[in-house]
Amino acid sequence: MSIGAVHSYDMSIGVDGPGSRFVVFLAGCPLRCLYCHSPDTWQQRNGRPMSVSSVMAEIQRYERFIAVAGGGVTISGGEPLQQHVFTQSLLQACHTRGLHTALDTSGFLGEKANEELLDATDLVLLDIKSFDQATYQQVTQTGHIAPTLRFARRLAERGTPMWIRFVLVPGLTDEPSNINRLADFVGSLRTVERVEVLAFHRLGAHKYANLGLPFPLAEVVPPTGSQVELAREIFRERGLVTY
Amino acid sequence: MTIAQHAPAAAWRGFYAGRWQHHIDVSSFIQENYRPYSGGPDFLSGPTERTLALWEKLRSLFNEERLRGIYDADVATPAAITAFAPGYIDRENELIVGLQTDAPLKRSIMPAGGLRMVEAGLKAYGYQPDPLVNRIFTSYRKTHNDAVFDAYPQDALKARRSHIITGLPDAYGRGRIIGDYRRVALYGVDRLIAERQEIKEGLDRQRSTEQVVRDREELAEQSRALQELKQMAASYDYDISGPATTAREAIQWLYFAYLAAAKEQNGAAMSLGRTATFLDIYLERDLEEGTLTETAAQELIDDFVIKLRIIRFLRTPEYDQLFSGDPTWVTEALAGMGSDGGTLASRTSFRYLQTLYNLGPAPEPNLTVLWSPRLPEGFKRFCAQVSLDTSAIQYENDDLIRPVFSDDTAIACCVSAMRVGKDMQFFGARANLAKALLYAINGGRDEISGEQIAPATPALRGEVLDYETVRAAYDRTLDWLAATYVDALNVIHQMHDKYAYERIEMALHDYPVHRFLATGIAGLSVAADSLSAIKHAAVRPVRDRSGLVIDYEIEGEYPAFGNNDPRADEIAVWLVESFMDKIARQPAYRGAEPTLSVLTITSNVVYGKHTGNTPDGRRGGQPFAPGANPMNGRDRHGLISAALSVAKLPYASARDGISLTVTVTPDGLGHNRFEQISNLVGVLDGYTDAGGFHMNVNVLDRATLQDAMANPEKYPQLTIRVSGYAVNFVRLTPEQQRDVISRTFHGAL
Repeated sequence: MSIGAVHSYDMSIGVDGPGSRFVVFLAGCPLRCLYCHSPDTWQQRNGRPMSVSSVMAEIQRYERFIAVAGGGVTISGGEPLQQHVFTQSLLQACHTRGLHTALDTSGFLGEKANEELLDATDLVLLDIKSFDQATYQQVTQTGHIAPTLRFARRLAERGTPMWIRFVLVPGLTDEPSNINRLADFVGSLRTVERVEVLAFHRLGAHKYANLGLPFPLAEVVPPTGSQVELAREIFRERGLVTY
Repeated sequence: MTIAQHAPAAAWRGFYAGRWQHHIDVSSFIQENYRPYSGGPDFLSGPTERTLALWEKLRSLFNEERLRGIYDADVATPAAITAFAPGYIDRENELIVGLQTDAPLKRSIMPAGGLRMVEAGLKAYGYQPDPLVNRIFTSYRKTHNDAVFDAYPQDALKARRSHIITGLPDAYGRGRIIGDYRRVALYGVDRLIAERQEIKEGLDRQRSTEQVVRDREELAEQSRALQELKQMAASYDYDISGPATTAREAIQWLYFAYLAAAKEQNGAAMSLGRTATFLDIYLERDLEEGTLTETAAQELIDDFVIKLRIIRFLRTPEYDQLFSGDPTWVTEALAGMGSDGGTLASRTSFRYLQTLYNLGPAPEPNLTVLWSPRLPEGFKRFCAQVSLDTSAIQYENDDLIRPVFSDDTAIACCVSAMRVGKDMQFFGARANLAKALLYAINGGRDEISGEQIAPATPALRGEVLDYETVRAAYDRTLDWLAATYVDALNVIHQMHDKYAYERIEMALHDYPVHRFLATGIAGLSVAADSLSAIKHAAVRPVRDRSGLVIDYEIEGEYPAFGNNDPRADEIAVWLVESFMDKIARQPAYRGAEPTLSVLTITSNVVYGKHTGNTPDGRRGGQPFAPGANPMNGRDRHGLISAALSVAKLPYASARDGISLTVTVTPDGLGHNRFEQISNLVGVLDGYTDAGGFHMNVNVLDRATLQDAMANPEKYPQLTIRVSGYAVNFVRLTPEQQRDVISRTFHGAL
């Protein structure tokens, strides 16, 4: 039986895929995004070891609710593909029970997702942090953009629906040419159902303090509503449904 | 079906015939004639100039009222149905008329319930009590309040003083009695008087036992009240002896009946009932006959709702502190499903909700949607939209209520279901279960005063509290609490019947009426978490020199109520079932059927203030969670987990209702309005399906509330829901405001 390192779980509404969703946050992530609001999920060793069946037992407490209210299960993190074997088993177990499944990933480890894993995934929430490689590296500190773009093309080709997420950070990811080229790329993907432009916020700052880490963007002011709308317009110009 | 043939043919033209013609049976009338509506809100009309002008006149008075506490009071005229000359807001421009006194927002005194409350209320707002009124109600006429204190046993007085039982209706009107005000519109007053007399004549043939004598006297009082209702209407130039012939008359007749009750009784909750789909039958008939347009129909409802929004009672600032603001609980139950499987959502259900747009959000009337996943999609979406926009409506589970009561059931106050015109209740406030646990640990002594309140038992010894020992001691304390509590209620309600009888409300009930004895509990999540801590962690009591446990040290983690975790939730379930069992074993006044609620409005703040440190780690004085809510911050998996914990509490053991308040930010429901509406509908469906009874939905953000605290004048109408009731945020005390803000915001971070 596959064992995973689980950080926590939550029931969320409307923000981690469609409807009311059981969201499993797995521990461990290869990226160190400057704006990350959950640095407590970086280390896999900080997760609680749980079997697929014990996670499924938690999910079953909500199964009826999800069926009536509409929704499903989202595997998030951390980076769920860092534990791709466990993630695959969990997605498959959910699919067997008829639950809608979503995978919330940066795509950086997209190569680890095999076809069986993706067959059990109804929706990928793909977080593209930047189109421009230099900015991508600056944001994530440890990553490269290429694997994410390859993963996105692969999902489009195999027909897997995607919601693209982009976090707008003033002074970091808001360069118009960067957003424009990202929007061009996203517009070329046939299976993108929507784009979510998320405003950077500092609500995770206390978690850095708890961990004794400096919060790198402590001084960055969140974007205004109109700045966010401006970024959204860039995606909408490509005919993308954007929130 | 045949068309109603019998007289009064003109008033009943076009109505389908049924049992309702030959018996006083409004439910049968609705069944035969209601028009389910499965569409959306597109047909609705905005406010007319006239409506806005009338509302504007009042808004300036509201501001003065907020600054002064009350707008005005008549100190010399004890309330009665006919005590005041007619009053108007703007006589030429009112469609529906009638005020409690001779001027809007002027409060009357209702000393029959209790003179102390009246005089304290007047003095608090700078009015001098009238000496003649004082003499009458101290020398010649006994009040309910005085009578209760003549008959309270010592144990009840002690429990009241130590705040283990709080909020008892022993100083004012008990409320929570809903007359079937629709009867006046459908039948006219004369027919209702004739019915009362017929019943009384039936009693004349019975021997004059204590019960029969009391019933005869009450029926005579009821007939008299109906006569006075007619006189009061006549003073406004309306003859309501016969049935209403148009929609406007139906609303006016119904309102006069409600107004008569509100003129005479300062009930803790003066609820309206279930009127929308009843009135819809009249409105649709006029629309079909071409005598009314949609704009005019909405205008009538708007005008009616304006009247309901200015119902006022004179109360003390302490009372307002306990109940948050100045509530009247003019509760209206909307929609629900019919026993025949059709929906009772009508166009007028929409029109009532539309008043929250036309007049802006407000706590009154307390609009309560009886929710079922089977309600039409259009109505469900409109409700969710109104919640998102105004936070001013509450939801109750029609699929739980209908099978137990009927499809003509209304809500009194916040969550108390009653068949309209068939059931009444003896309102019983609530007992503090968290404090009772501390008494069990301390051998019946109060943890704050040290006074022996419950019978002396050995205080619990040992360095670590043992779960089984605590539970056994708690069980004995709860036995005492249940007995003391019901004893107090039996005294209160006998005296209320005797000295402050609800003549007009009871005239609008069937005979004999079914009675509930509605008890309640506070501090459920504190008590459940405390037991969970004792069971799953190590809890060390900290004792003072006298051996009194004054604090607790917790080692280790414990599962808390509100996380859909059976280890904690089953303790809460046990508490509810076990306390209800104990209540049911007590003898109840007038053979009432005992029930229990898990509801606290915002009195959770006051209950918390009077309760010391608890074994769950809560500090003494900290507010309890409202109603059946998990303790603030202990529900760690979001709103749905918390809701599913609450949904496990058995309605069979809490037939007077179980209240849950949730607060979400709009972003916490989805990224766009369409999805926010869909997702809220989904949550309500899922919670109802899981057996959840009641949900208050607040949709707002922290920043708005903080700004409202700092700048109340900018937010005169900001409405939030707390435990079964909507309140004006700016009228809460700063402490209550902070409590509301710190209460879990379930917004996604």
